[in-house]
Amino acid sequence: MAAYTIVIEDTGESYRCVEYRSVLEGMEALGKKGIPVGCRQGGCGVCKVRVTAGSYTKRVMSREHVSAEEEAAGCVLSCRIKPITDLRLAVIGPMRKNVCWMAEPAGVSSVLST
Amino acid sequence: MAMTGVLRPGHAQIRVLDLEESVAWYTNVMGLVPMGRDVQGRAYFKTRQERDHHSIILRQADRAGMDFFGFKVLDNATLNHLEKKLVAHGVRTERIPAGDLLETGERVRFNLPTGHAIELYAEKKDVGNGMGYVNPDVDVLEGKGIAPTRMDHCLIYGPDIDANRELFEKVLDFTLVERVKLEDGTTDLATWLTCSAKAHDIAMVRHNEPDKMHHVSFRLDTWEQVLRAADIMSKNRTSIDFGPTRHGITQGTTIYFFDPSGNRLETFCGGYDHYPDMHPITWTWDEVGAGIYYHARKLNDTFLTVVT
Ligand code: FES
Ligand SMILES: [Fe+2]
Repeated sequence: MAAYTIVIEDTGESYRCVEYRSVLEGMEALGKKGIPVGCRQGGCGVCKVRVTAGSYTKRVMSREHVSAEEEAAGCVLSCRIKPITDLRLAVIGPMRKNVCWMAEPAGVSSVLST
Repeated sequence: MAMTGVLRPGHAQIRVLDLEESVAWYTNVMGLVPMGRDVQGRAYFKTRQERDHHSIILRQADRAGMDFFGFKVLDNATLNHLEKKLVAHGVRTERIPAGDLLETGERVRFNLPTGHAIELYAEKKDVGNGMGYVNPDVDVLEGKGIAPTRMDHCLIYGPDIDANRELFEKVLDFTLVERVKLEDGTTDLATWLTCSAKAHDIAMVRHNEPDKMHHVSFRLDTWEQVLRAADIMSKNRTSIDFGPTRHGITQGTTIYFFDPSGNRLETFCGGYDHYPDMHPITWTWDEVGAGIYYHARKLNDTFLTVVT
């Protein structure tokens, strides 16, 4: 089974995430911290991140917390994405969950899976 | 009070991000009984032991949360009477025609001061619990899923919970059972109210955003069943928020967990009986942790912040 390295830029923390886990649950599984954990199901918005490098698959996530434009720009709920390459990400999190003002990342691609 | 007026929580309409995934989960993991779909595509469920047609309605949407929460009242005269009282209290009401929800009569809908839509209704088809009304057998717990006894209560989050309490107490004859006070000793952080002799039928927490849902709760009969529910959740990779444990408030045993769209649900067992002559219980701000999670004696990160 494949595993990928996830780097949280805010803290410099990194961890290995297996391909079948979301980026959020991969962090939790190893007792790591950095991304706020809530519902783990794409509904509450607290786990919002901006992916700055790498590719992932994603599932439907609440539009209350992520607009279509944000989603296209790599601002996503980390409980709804799974890595298909190594990833780098910045935490947006619960305090700033309705704002994703940073520059669009380069070299990020995502695939919708059902 | 004798059981007249508002009888009990009757239904909750929950928004889901992927309807088919959620229908499968509420059927197979929650162990609810599918009760059909309407022309809008909403999916209906009841627990095995509930006699009325449904208690949970799922609606496909692009965000999670709760559309409305409904209470069953004794009869149509009560419904009309309570609507008059609501209007006299300055609340705008709206009539939703019979049949809008499957097998359900006319509903009176209004918004709480916290923004939540609440409904009252008197009629919903009695489909029975499968055991019949003459010489019934016991419904032995078997088959798939958690299979709770009933949809029991909800906890809502919003700004003006004081005005909510006044409406529930003065207009709908609910009783205050427990409360948590902030450090000032006067402001309520949270209140638990009942329309029956349960420890709560609805609860509310003060929160800056209006119209937020914390959880919808389902009753189980024993602590053993709470543990069984946790096993079923883990086996099915259900996202558990906290528990199994006990609440200090209501003293019920509990698991908080999330449906596939991130809506928090609870399986709840026990809780004491409350009658309107009983003195309400107060928790001070410094012991709120034990009030919510009696064994951990502290709040977790998600209790006050994660809502849909
Ligand atoms: S943890 Fe709730 S949306 Fe990810
Ligand atoms: Fe509850």
